[in-house]
This record gives sequence, C-alpha cells and structure tokens, in this order.
Amino acid sequence: MAYPMEMVESIRRVEATRNTRVGINFPRLTPDEKNALLETYHPDFRLSKKREIRIGANRGDLAPEELVHLLESPSRLDFDRVDIKRADFQTDVLVIGSGGAGVTAALTAKEHGAEVLLATKLRLGDSNTIMAEGGIGAATLPEDSPSIHYIDTMTGGRFKNIPELVEALVCDAPFIVDWLTNLGVNFDRRPDGNYFTHMPAGHSRRRSHSIKDLTGLEIMRVLCDEVRNQQIQVLEFCPAVELLLDDRGQCAGAVLYNFDTEQYIVVQAKRTLIATGGIGRLHIQGFPTSNHYGATADGLVMAYRAGAQFIYIGFIQYHPTGVAWPEQMLGLLISEALRAQGAQVVNVDGNLFVERLETRDALSSAIIRECGEREKGVLTPTAMMGVWLDTPMIDILCGEGTFLQRFAGIQSRFEKYGIDPTKEPILVYPTQHYQNGGVRINAHGETNIPNLYMAGEVAGGVHGHNRLGSNSLVDIFVFGRRAGISMVEKLGEVQLGAPTLEHVKDHERLLKEAGITTGSVSPMLLPDYRFEKALSTVDHARSS
Amino acid sequence: MLNDVITMIPVYIMGHKYDVPLGLTILKAMEFAGYRLKRGCGCRGGVCGACVTIYRRKGDYKLKTGLACQTQVEPEMYLTQLPYVPANRALFSIKSVSARDSDVTVLYPEIMRCLQCGTCSKACPMGLEVMDYVAAVMRGDLELAVELSMECLMCGMCAARCPAELSPFNIAMLVRRIYGRYVLPRSPALANRLNEISEGKFREELEKLKRTDQTTLSQMFQDLQAEKGASV
Repeated sequence: MAYPMEMVESIRRVEATRNTRVGINFPRLTPDEKNALLETYHPDFRLSKKREIRIGANRGDLAPEELVHLLESPSRLDFDRVDIKRADFQTDVLVIGSGGAGVTAALTAKEHGAEVLLATKLRLGDSNTIMAEGGIGAATLPEDSPSIHYIDTMTGGRFKNIPELVEALVCDAPFIVDWLTNLGVNFDRRPDGNYFTHMPAGHSRRRSHSIKDLTGLEIMRVLCDEVRNQQIQVLEFCPAVELLLDDRGQCAGAVLYNFDTEQYIVVQAKRTLIATGGIGRLHIQGFPTSNHYGATADGLVMAYRAGAQFIYIGFIQYHPTGVAWPEQMLGLLISEALRAQGAQVVNVDGNLFVERLETRDALSSAIIRECGEREKGVLTPTAMMGVWLDTPMIDILCGEGTFLQRFAGIQSRFEKYGIDPTKEPILVYPTQHYQNGGVRINAHGETNIPNLYMAGEVAGGVHGHNRLGSNSLVDIFVFGRRAGISMVEKLGEVQLGAPTLEHVKDHERLLKEAGITTGSVSPMLLPDYRFEKALSTVDHARSS
Repeated sequence: MLNDVITMIPVYIMGHKYDVPLGLTILKAMEFAGYRLKRGCGCRGGVCGACVTIYRRKGDYKLKTGLACQTQVEPEMYLTQLPYVPANRALFSIKSVSARDSDVTVLYPEIMRCLQCGTCSKACPMGLEVMDYVAAVMRGDLELAVELSMECLMCGMCAARCPAELSPFNIAMLVRRIYGRYVLPRSPALANRLNEISEGKFREELEKLKRTDQTTLSQMFQDLQAEKGASV
C-alpha cells in the first residue's frame, strides 16, 4: 500500500529539511509554557468531556464520561443464576488478571507459601504488559540513584504522586531487574556486562532497561512460563464480574463468569487482588488506543461498587506517538525509545515544533495543537490527522543499521504495508495509552476495603497526574511483588463472615433512587467492534 | 474508508461465506461479519499470538498461517483461527537447570526426532526460522537459538504442524530462560546498587525528598535536565 500521493508530497518536505535538523533540538518548554500548553490542549482539560460521578465513594468527582457510564450501569450479574453460599473454589489468595502485576503477585504469594488461584478474562498473560516495547525504569547505573528517579517521577506526575508510593517504586526497581534476570529474562547488555539502558522522556538518566523493542513480550513470556512451573491453578477465559464482600464489608472473593460454558464460578478467598489493567478500550473522547482488547475497566467497576476509593481517576495518558497511518495499525504504539534514539517530531512542512523529549502529556498536547489550531498536520485518506516521527534520523545519528537492530519489531510491522521506517517517516497522533489514576493503594497494595488489594494500572497514586515512560513496567512488578508479600502476611488471622452480594444490590438501589438509567450493564468485559464499527473503531478525535 | 467507495470481497470464515470490505485485516473482517471475539483476539498489534489464523487462498493447495490482526483479507480466502494448541511443555526449575545442552535434551528428548523438514518455519506466522533455532539447540548454540527465537509469540503453530511432534516454541522458551539466567553476563553496577540500597545509602536523602516542596523539586529537575544536556 505504502503512502498515498498526498502524504508523499509532505514526506518530500520532511526529507528536504532533514539534513538541517541533524543535531538540532527545539527549545524545551519552561514550566509555565508547559502548564499553559496542557491547560489549552490536553484532553484531560476538556471539561465538557468529563462528567460528575453521581453515586459512590467518589461522588462529585469528575471522570471521563465513558467511564462514568459504566460506573453508573447496573451489574451484568444474573443473581438468580448464582448461589454464592456454594463455593466452587476456596483459596488463600485469588488474583484477578494475568498481566505483569497479577502474575507477579500470584508468583510472589505462592513463593511465600499461599495457595493461589489466578483467574483471567482472556489467556494467561494477555495484557498491556505484553505490548510494552520500551523498557523498565530502574536506577542501576552509578551516575543514577533512586533519589534522581524520585525527582523525575514526581516532576512527571506534576507533583501529585503519593511520596511513599514513589519511594517504594524507585527503591525496589533495581531489585526487580535482578528478580527478572534470575527468572531468565534476556535484558539487552553492554559488553562489560552492565545493562544497556536508554533515557525516555522526562527522565534525567539512562535508566530504561529493554529487550530490543519486545520488552513486555519477553518478560511476560518468562513470567507465564514460571506460573506453569510453579503449577499455579489458572482459570483462563473466566473474568471476574463482581467481588464478594462479607457481612463486615471485607472482601471475600469474587464471582467469575466462564466464557465457554456461560456459568458463574464462586471463589471464596481470604485475600483478593485486582490487577485488571486499564481502560483504553473505552475509547475516551473517541481516541484510538494502544491498549489490549481486554482493557475495559472491569476492575475499576467491580471495586467501585464494593466501596473502593479512586484517586486521580480523571487523568488519562495519551501517548504522543500512536500510529495514524496505515489504518490497520491505527492507535498502535510507537515506542518512546525511538525518540530517545533521536527521531524528531515534525509537521506537514517538515519543521520542528516541539522538542522530541518533552513528557508525554506535553508532547501530545503540542501535536494536538499542531494538527488543530495551527493546521500543520498531515491528513490521511481516512480523515485521520497526524504529524511525522522522523525515524530515518535514527540511523543518521546512531549509524546505519541501528534502527533494524533496535526496532526490528516495528520495522516488520510497517513493512507489511510497504512502509520502510529506516527510509520514510511514520505518521503519528496521540493514542489513549494509560490510566494515570485508579483505586487508591498504600505501599503494600492495600485498598480501603479489608483483604482487597490492587496492583498495576488499575491502582492509582504512584504516577500522580501523568506517568513517565518506563515507570509502568516497573510499577507492575514492584507493586505486584509488594501485594504478593503482604497478601500472605497474617493470612491465618483473616476471619471472613458469610459472603454477600448486597453491595451490588445496594448499588442498583442507589441508581434507581437517583433516577439513573444508562441502557448498559457492566463490567463491559469485551469491547464491541461488530459490523460497521469494524470499519472505524474510533471517532477520530481531532482538536476542538 | 470513510469517503471512498468500499469494495466488498467474499471470504469464507470456517466455511461460511461473508462479504467484507477489501483492505481490512482478517480480525476486523471477522468483526465486520459479526463476530465478537473471546478467543482469537488479544493485543490487536501483532505481539501476543492470540489471533493466529490458518488460511488458504483460492486456487492454492497450501495452508498458510498469519496473525489475524496483521494479515489483510483477500478475495475467496478460506480461514479459521487456531487459538489454542495442546502442546507439550516440560516442567523444570529455573534454579536447577544449567546451560549444559544436555539439560534441554533431557527435558525435551524428542528434539532428536527433528527431521529438519522446515515445516515449522513455514508454519510460523512471524516468519521465524524455527527449524534453524531447533538445529542450533541441537548443536548447543544457545546464543543463536535465543537470537532466532526472540520474536516468538508462543502461538504454538510450529508444534501443531511438526511431523516429528516437537514443541519448538516451548523448547526455545526453556533455552531463552537458561541463557538469560546463566549465560548473559551479570551486571556489576546492579550488584553495587542493590548493596547500596540494602545498606540504606539513599534512605535519608529520600526522607528529605519526600518532604521537599514542589518548587524545590521542580528546580532540582531543571538542574538535572541542564546537566544531562542534549545527550540521548
């Protein structure tokens, strides 16, 4: 397919300016400029696209309307078809979700002596983790330190991060690299044996540890393999649909739904961990998403009904470099590592308009401004807008062959559509990437509900209002391990009363009383892209 | 796809004919046909292996494989997804295996049955040289096996098609883990850092940072950025 003619014309202009841009950096935004840019162009600040949550623990808070819709929908559970008094499984620890955080918590709890049941909506390992290209942030180099990692993380999060969580993140991070290495993860190395690291946007040191552009795939493969070695019981294609509480409001397990047999499964557990990931497949504000098919906010919805408290739930991360062309790859993430290696971001005329290493929120805002108000975006035949990520710059700066060696996965995906990123730039537009907030946790992964734990993207607080690149992979392992350990502590002292679903019925009662009807049930479990929705899964969000 | 006239083509999903727009991936074509996938759909970005599909083109006798999210539909394509392969996987302890090649052949003795026929490589939707990495494992060249198998998505198509009934993808998984743990050099810098953290070297500094106000933290960040300069 390659690029259509109207886009080729712009590519010629990018080529014409390329030599003049070698080694040139656009001036960095000052803190004031950055704030002004965010407030005017970042989608989080479009108040018309947010709604007040009308019921529950975060009543009155603003959240994306697509999420509020699910929070304010009744349960999909058919109460008549489930008998919660009859447990199909009884276990010490129930882990819901099998991405990086869930699998890590399951392995850790097992390692510390607990009996573990791992339930997951799709296959073991199906998650956003597997898609992570860039790397895992950890201060392992002598010129780096957990303190510098702390300063960078707080700044990236607009100083809203919970300090104790960030402290846990930066201090545990190097141990995570060691843990993964001991499990057999093939991190990229330098000849001296030290890790090959790169510096994603917003970091002050090279601290992102990668495995080519397949970091998440390699780590997730190893962790799933270890789950099999540890013979942890896994229920695939069995999403949780509601939590169980006991008569004292403690979490007591969950009701699962077997996709194949369409039967409910009742799991009573002394400790329950939700690690269901994010919300990209809600397509907040119509944006494309880089997220996995399963990222439908199920954990948030279940936990909220049970009384869990959200923090920063209105803050969504748009990754600046999602694919805008070809249509078949729309929304797919292009790793920040390309910018770290020198790829600049340029407009339809081939001109720089923002420094390539601004944080994700600022760079996304700058791209939205360029395509909107400034009218310097590139229009595709499918009416999508974008700007160029000038990938050929990488080989010019770092030597011929660098791109292929570092980014073989990206190369092969584009080649299928006749595009060669070593010779031609890639068209990008911000893509919904990450839920910065979530259910509030402490440094042990505990929530405000006794015996309910959270880890990974579904949890909130560690990243403040905006997560830095490479801090997600480390977050899921740090807090997965912490939750895994703390779920096993004092396990013998857990006293659970009779399980109930009263909180779910209470939620429906509240909805009725408030006169709220949405026409949907939740959690969503699966996005719906059937029929004409398959043609364009997004409502091409352009700048308003 | 918005304004242009859409060209419809017939495809056969598990034998059932549907007319779908040209240019869609197999995944989106199935969704256009009305499928709301549970199995057979994952990352939608070509890195998870959930949507592996077997297909045959009209007039061709060969069975091909591809990821549904990465392969475009063609007129009169016959297809089915194969989202699960009950492949053999050996149990092992990563702490007690070693880089001796005999460990791999003890856990997977059937590797010696490999015919070097290349069916596995033809079956790989990622286009990996599966036969070559199996041969590398048999020779004890773990490094090459790791390199050749690094993009494996664990979809299991190699195992489904192998006439000698090997599970190449699980063999490669074992080899990569052995290589990552026992063969790749250990990082001296990491060992130092772990000691420093365990000894509490940064504890006081972090306590102070946790109490530092936003303006000061912001200034510290600006200084760090200036210090690193334009390096990448």
